[in-house]
Order: sequence, then C-alpha cells, then structure tokens
Amino acid sequence: MTIRRMIENWTAFRKSGQVGDEYYDHKDYRWGMVIDLNSCIGCNACVTACYAENNLAVVGRERFGRGLGMHWMRIERYWHTGEKGEVETRYPEQGAQYIPMMCQQCEHATCEPVCPVAATYHTPDGLNAQVYNRCIGSRYCSNNCPYKVRYFNFYSYYKNWPSPLEQQLNPDISVRDKGVMEKCTFCVQRLRRGKNEAKNEERLLRDGEVQTACQQSCPTQAISFGNLSDENSKVSKLWQKHNMSFGHKENEKQPKNERGYRALEELNTEPSVMYLERVRDEDI
Amino acid sequence: MEEEIRKDIKWAQINRDVLSSMEAPRKIYWVLIAVCLSLVAVGVYAEIHQYRTGMGEAQLNRPQMWGFYLANFIFWVGVSHAGTLLSAALFLTNTEWRRPVYRSAEAMTSVALLTAAIFPVIHLGRVWDFYWVLPYANERGLWPNFRSPLLWDMAAIFTYLTSSMMFLYYGMIPDLAISRDNARGWRRRLYSWMALGWVGSDRQWRNFRKGYLLLAAFLLPLAVSVHSIVASDFAMSIMPGWHVTSLPPYFVAGALYSGCAAIITLFIILRHTFRYEEYLTLPILDKLCKLTFAIAMIWVYLNLIEFASAWYGHNMYEKEVLIEKATGPYAPFWWTMIILGFGLPFALIIKKVRRNLLVLTAISMLINIIMWLERWMIVSPTLARNHEPYSWGYHWPGWVELSITLASFAWFTMLFLLFVKIFPSISMYEVKEMLYHRRQVSDRLVREPPDNIESEPA
Repeated sequence: MTIRRMIENWTAFRKSGQVGDEYYDHKDYRWGMVIDLNSCIGCNACVTACYAENNLAVVGRERFGRGLGMHWMRIERYWHTGEKGEVETRYPEQGAQYIPMMCQQCEHATCEPVCPVAATYHTPDGLNAQVYNRCIGSRYCSNNCPYKVRYFNFYSYYKNWPSPLEQQLNPDISVRDKGVMEKCTFCVQRLRRGKNEAKNEERLLRDGEVQTACQQSCPTQAISFGNLSDENSKVSKLWQKHNMSFGHKENEKQPKNERGYRALEELNTEPSVMYLERVRDEDI
Repeated sequence: MEEEIRKDIKWAQINRDVLSSMEAPRKIYWVLIAVCLSLVAVGVYAEIHQYRTGMGEAQLNRPQMWGFYLANFIFWVGVSHAGTLLSAALFLTNTEWRRPVYRSAEAMTSVALLTAAIFPVIHLGRVWDFYWVLPYANERGLWPNFRSPLLWDMAAIFTYLTSSMMFLYYGMIPDLAISRDNARGWRRRLYSWMALGWVGSDRQWRNFRKGYLLLAAFLLPLAVSVHSIVASDFAMSIMPGWHVTSLPPYFVAGALYSGCAAIITLFIILRHTFRYEEYLTLPILDKLCKLTFAIAMIWVYLNLIEFASAWYGHNMYEKEVLIEKATGPYAPFWWTMIILGFGLPFALIIKKVRRNLLVLTAISMLINIIMWLERWMIVSPTLARNHEPYSWGYHWPGWVELSITLASFAWFTMLFLLFVKIFPSISMYEVKEMLYHRRQVSDRLVREPPDNIESEPA
C-alpha cells in the first residue's frame, strides 16, 4: 500500500470492504464458508475431523477443564433463558442450540494489527494466516479476537502424544510446540495442494474440489465451503441468496427475516463465515 | 511558613551526612537486602520452571491469556512515573521542596522501569525469541509489525528508560565529584570515571544548567506518552472495557497516584535506614502527601468518567464488563480497590496523619496494593466477559505467578537499596542551593554573615 494509492482511494479507505490494493483484490480466490444451523445437530464430527486433520493436541481431561483445550473448532451450546434467567424449556425436543465456532477468517481481522512480529497476516486468498515459526507467543491476538478462536500451546505436547494417535498424524502440516498460537486455517494444506494441482493443469480450482475436514465429515452437510470470488460456486450463491456481502451491516439487513448473518457483525470484523439462522417450528 | 530544612545546617555537614549514608546504614538495610535476595531467588526458580514447562504453569487459559504479568507490567511502569514528576515537572515549575527528594525518586523511576521491562519478556510464550520484537536488520528482511501497540510499548519503554537514566546520571555529576573527592579504593575509581572530570568551574556549571533544563523538558512529555502507550495496549484493542478513549489519561493519573505512594514509602524507609532525619523532613513529607491527594482526586474523577461512559454509552458488552466487575468473582478485589482507592487519600487531608510516619507507611503501602489491584482489574474482568459468552472464564494465579509477582517487588526494592548505597541518594548540591537561597534571598530578617558560609569543596 502506497500513500498515493491511499489518497486516490480515500473514499474506499473510509468505508469497510475493498481498499483498492492489488494484493487483496481476491481476483482468483476468496475462501468463504456457510454454516446452516438448521442442519447442525451438534454431533461434534467436525471437531473430531479437525483434530485428525490438523494435528491438534489432545490435552487431557484436567487441562481441558482448565480451558487449555486445543480444539480449533468447537460446538457451542446455548440454552434459552427466560426473563428471570431460568433455563427455558420452550424447545424440549431440540435441547440446546448449537453453533459451530472456528476462526471466522475476518477480512478486517482484529488479531492481525496487534501481533508485534506480524506472525499473523492476511493472504491474497482472504485467509487469516498464522505463521508458527514467527510467533513469539505474546497472546495479544487471542485477547483481541472477539470470537476467542485462537488457541495457545500452553504446554509442549508432541513428546507425549497419546499412543495410537501419533500413527495418524498428518504429514502435511507441522506439530506445534509450546509457546505458539494456532487456529483454524480453513485446512490450508488441502487448499495449497488443490491449488498446486490446478495450477499444473493451468486452470482454477473447481467448486467443491477442495473440502475442509469439517465439511467433509458433517453428516448433515451443514457446512459449505468454497470460493467467494467465483460467482457460480455454492457459497457465492448462498451469500447472494441471503443478501450477504462484505461490508454488510446487521441493522441494514433486508429483508429483516433473512436467515443469513455473520457472527458479531456489529464489530466490523467482516468475517468470511456466514451462518444461517435456525428456524423454529413456532416461527413458521 | 515552616522550614523544610534547618537553615543553619553547614555545607560540610551536608557532605558528611550524605557521604556517610553510603558507608554505614542501619542494620535493617542488610536485613532488607537479604529478604529481597531470597524472594528474587524464588522468583527466578519459578521463571525457570515456567520456561521449561510452558506458560500453562502460570494458570493462564483461554480466554485469560494475560493475567498477572501484564498487571505487573502496567503497575511498574506506573510506579516509575512519579519520579519524573518530582524531578522534571517540579524542577520546571521551580518547586523548592523537591530538592532533597528528587534523587531517590528519580532512582525509583529507573529501577521501576528495569522491573517493568522484565514482564513483557517473561510473559512471552517463546521467551528465547523475544528479540524478534526489535526492528533489527536481518538476512530475511523480516521486520516487526509497526502497527502493534506491543511494539510501541517496547520503543516507548526503551526511550523512557534510557532518558530517565541519563537524566538521573546527569543530575548526579556534581555530587559524583564530591563523592570522588572523599572516596578511596574502587569507589574512587568508579566516581572519578563517572564524574567526567567535574571541577565545578563557572563554565561547567553554566553548561550543566542548560543541559539539565533541556533534559527535564525532554523527559516530561515522554513520561506522559509512555503510559499513554502502555494504555493503548488496551485502548487499541476492541475488547469491551479496554477499548475506552479515556484510558490513556486514566493510566497516567493512576501511575502518578501509585508512584507518589511509592515515593512516600521509600522516603520513610530511606529516612530511617540512612539517618536522613535532617533532610527528608516531615514538612517535605507533608507536601508530598498533599501532592498525592491532588493526584488521587484526578484518578477518582477519571474512574467515575469511565463508569459513566460505560453506563451511558449503551454498549451492552461494556455494561456487562462493568457489571461483572461489580458483581462477579472479582468483585471483592474491585470493591476494595474502589472503596479504599477513593477513600484512603482523604485521610491525607488530616494534618496529624501527614505527620505520622507509621500511619503514612501503612497508607502508602495500602495505596500501592490497591493500585496493583486496579491494574489487575483492568486486565482480567474484560477477558472474563468478552464478546463470546461460550468463552467466558476466570483466571486465578498459581504459585508461579504469585512468586514472580512477589519477586518483582523484591527485585525493585533490592535495586533501589543498592543504588542508594552506591550513589548519593540526596542531591548535595541542590540542597546547598536551596539553603543558599533561603539564607541569601528569602530570609531578610536573619542574614547570616558571609564567613559562615563554607565554600564548596572543589
């Protein structure tokens, strides 16, 4: 970004969204996700798949209870509470409401500017990348992440990897040591491999050619993943259908009863993940 | 008006008193040093343990990623501020009574910064790579992220540390010359080297004055900016309760508040251990207390502003954090901080309190504990009630954090005590100047005959 470019695109800079920077124009790829909460049954298959795919450390019951778990993806459970704070039983057949939460790959990621060594940065594909080798563990990014989806290696786990699990470690990505921050990458190793193969054949990735581990394992196909720069991809169509775009504001939502929303949109972090609200029987 | 220092005190007497402080302190000095050393040893052991096992030993978790270390960091940077206030700000405003106190206050600044600088380093997950924060040229062309407030911190603290140390040293040169002329052995070699050939000539004095004024004027805005930058670690984030515009002035006021309290504590310790009853007198302490009271009121005001803006801002996240502070598990600490922090300074209105050394020791130490709590109450409750309800959680310290925190207090005290043993902790030349002014200018009634004034030893 040069000063000249900043002056020329001043109006764009003042708004959220595109900045007129070639590096970030997302010509070929811009990875996005859609999660349909209507389909999510909270089975945790995505979480397990993530553990297997991304070499996530299993920390044990005691440390997990202390809040040191390394699950890049988590199924959050929420219960309705009534006026007086009591747990409401309006939806007894459904129990809790689920929302799978992982790194939202924000376009205006709050974790990026605060890292003192620039270990987390934005890729041209719209991913929020984490460079393990560069991370010094100041943990500022995690503090500044409104979704709290950054996980810190509080201990060294690679030496005592629980016995049969080390046999299925993924050779495509590293095992992280203590003192390093990590988080969901949208399975960047799969994207990288797919992009390389596509490049050899001198074409772009086709929609659905690369699946993330969570998407692949979801029994109800609640998760869709794909390229938002490709207008014909499944995610693009879903985003268009639900009037979602970068720069979208929750209070400007049209029509009001549209299901699509992005988590904590009012903070202007511009997440790349759209959730589709769950529709209750009584809402119909 | 009451005299701060007895007028008839002889100049040679001042030299003798200050120089002897460097030789034979009371026994309590060695007891303090021993206690501090052992506490520091425990802290070093804790840090080694944490270094080898991992940051999890500090009982941190997600979302509580910072905890005690950052609270300590803010606290110590805060303590360092009052030294600059006394030495630079009061110098620029020509406040006479600062003269006997400012040297030790200025030493406290440097020592507190040396303590503070430890924390951003040891709180890192990979301590061994801490130098990556420095913008040094390297073969990979990698630079730190200049947008990160942590980097500004690093720059601000290095600048403040070097400048305040230079100011401390610069202001000490004439005194080092006096020490040089009265010392033997390694001390003589050290002081000769440090006094830079000071002979007290007219030209030297004139240049010295100019330089001192320049440094003081340079240091003052720096002091304000440093804690503002430390505040921007929080204010620049988007977390509710941190993302507050009034945080920088709030930090500076809190810093001066705790710093003044720390000066009062050290004042009393110095007065006792080094038999400084003639110089660190009760009238000066009285004025220090008044200063503390005034600053405390600014701090109270800024606190109220913060609550008001959280309340009337209608930001639900910020309100939740405020409610969490007042009613959550941290409430006992928060209310202690609020009630005592608001109430204790009012005790300083009473003259009897301002003259009672024991009560003052208790009050000043309490204020410091309260201000430490205030720092902790900035760091932890916000993370406990962040935007994401599924990730709410608390942080309670383990033995590692507690012993490193205690060790930081010991380290601070130890460095300070070493400083006052090696260097003149009261500015001899400034006290003489003060007396000279009193005798020659202010005091028209009893003018001393000129032969009563001894010339300063070269």
